[in-house]
Amino acid sequence: MNIDELRDHLCGQYPDLCPLFSIEFGDGTLQVECRGLYDAAADLKSLGFDMLGMVTAVDRGEHFEMVYRLTSREMSVGMFLKCLVPRDKPHTRSLYDLWPAALWQEREVYDLFGIEFDGHPDLRRIMLPEDWVGHPLRKDYQDERIIKRPDYI
Amino acid sequence: MSLQIEEQRQTEGPDGRPRQELVVNVGPSHPSTHGVGRVVVHLDGEVITKADMIIGYLHRGIEKMCENRTYLQVVPLTDRLDYVGSMYSNWAYCRAVERLAAIRVPERAEYIRVIVAEMQRIASHMMSIGSAAADTAAATLFIYSFDERERIIELFEELCGARLTYNYVRPGGVAFDLPEGWTDSVLEFTKAHRKALDLMDRMYFGNVIARGRLKGVAVLGRDDAVAWGASGPVARGSGVDWDLRKHDSYSVYPRFDFNVPIGENGDAYDRARTRLLECYESCSIIEQAIEQMPTGPHKVEGQPRLIMPRAGDAYDHIESARGSLGVYIVADGSPRPYRVKFRSPAFCNLALVPKLAVGHTLSDLVVVLGSLDPVFGEVDR
Repeated sequence: MNIDELRDHLCGQYPDLCPLFSIEFGDGTLQVECRGLYDAAADLKSLGFDMLGMVTAVDRGEHFEMVYRLTSREMSVGMFLKCLVPRDKPHTRSLYDLWPAALWQEREVYDLFGIEFDGHPDLRRIMLPEDWVGHPLRKDYQDERIIKRPDYI
Repeated sequence: MSLQIEEQRQTEGPDGRPRQELVVNVGPSHPSTHGVGRVVVHLDGEVITKADMIIGYLHRGIEKMCENRTYLQVVPLTDRLDYVGSMYSNWAYCRAVERLAAIRVPERAEYIRVIVAEMQRIASHMMSIGSAAADTAAATLFIYSFDERERIIELFEELCGARLTYNYVRPGGVAFDLPEGWTDSVLEFTKAHRKALDLMDRMYFGNVIARGRLKGVAVLGRDDAVAWGASGPVARGSGVDWDLRKHDSYSVYPRFDFNVPIGENGDAYDRARTRLLECYESCSIIEQAIEQMPTGPHKVEGQPRLIMPRAGDAYDHIESARGSLGVYIVADGSPRPYRVKFRSPAFCNLALVPKLAVGHTLSDLVVVLGSLDPVFGEVDR
């Protein structure tokens, strides 16, 4: 499969979200609903995206945005898969079944953002101690040890 | 005490006979962990039946700290990620910022970046090969490889004044132009380094004891390497032909002629030798880059110090000594990044420890760890 075929396939599957692939403008992005995340990921895996490079999250206020970066070695392209998780009891399905690479990366997101991954075999904190309170990469995280930097700008 | 018996308990073996399971705690400050990491191993006799890698001892919250600083102020923080390969973290971060803020880097700066990155690769691989060999009591190689690394660090000191935390690659170019006569010193180094590599290859990789110690240990299959997100020499040692310098062809790498060494068996020996062979290729890239290097500015002229990119996100990656190092930045239009994520190759490679260590003896655990070449500054961030 080449990049044009991939684009045609994805445009047929997700007509509203036609992703663009171009080295100049960054990688294609596929924004899906979290319910369909696993299926979209499995679909992309069958299209040749064999590497799960990065799993992370961004605090968007009311939602957390999950960001996955997939790479296809065959086509030499990368692609983002994104979905919004509600802030209230955030959880989404684990991609460990598809790529074991998710094992530690999802633990990191769980530790620092507090997003739970359904079906993850070993969901514990990874960076911080087990008894840590709170999830530091959330924007509303409070800790008196954080030093506020003076605003030089 | 770094090696500690946690508990002993009686279990039943697969053959139905009673078996004594011993849980041993290796680390967090153990010489073979190359930093501060802990491995809890369950032993049956001397054989590991289960291993759990525990990290986070060096977690400084760098990603959180980035949100509190301007784009330029983040660069010194990236030095502290991979502290034996600071040029890579600098470069990967700067590439992401440049993509976000649409900064076009002058050609000379790209060549300088390639030269320092390849020198950094040699320095990092020398550290990796030497310390992994020292773990298995081959201390001679350690002395030779550290001697080579020292020469590179001296050259870097001449270039930017720092020995480890360079803060040299900046958004829009590099901090300083090359000092006079520096490229001649580099060419002298690469010439001498090739001879040193030949020597090390014979001394260690041809040595019957080293071969016996490394061959067949910690075997990682090709499909497993891809599925677990391994990259760099760990993946290439398993026969995965994936090098961003070739396959993503960023910066000016397409202009150079070089090979990507690939291993066959995916064991500790192949991973270590892949690193050694990469050093030859790096020498060749450095020489080609110095020959082709144009004159001109080393950074974008008149670029404001306060970078304020439009709202959006950008990802960029480079091939570091440990694998694909990616940086993902989310901007909100303010002078500070909204979110910075470092996709660290050492973190992904280290996730393989529980898988690779099982079935080996406790004394081979140091070989497993050494062959993955973890740098805990980058693992824990």
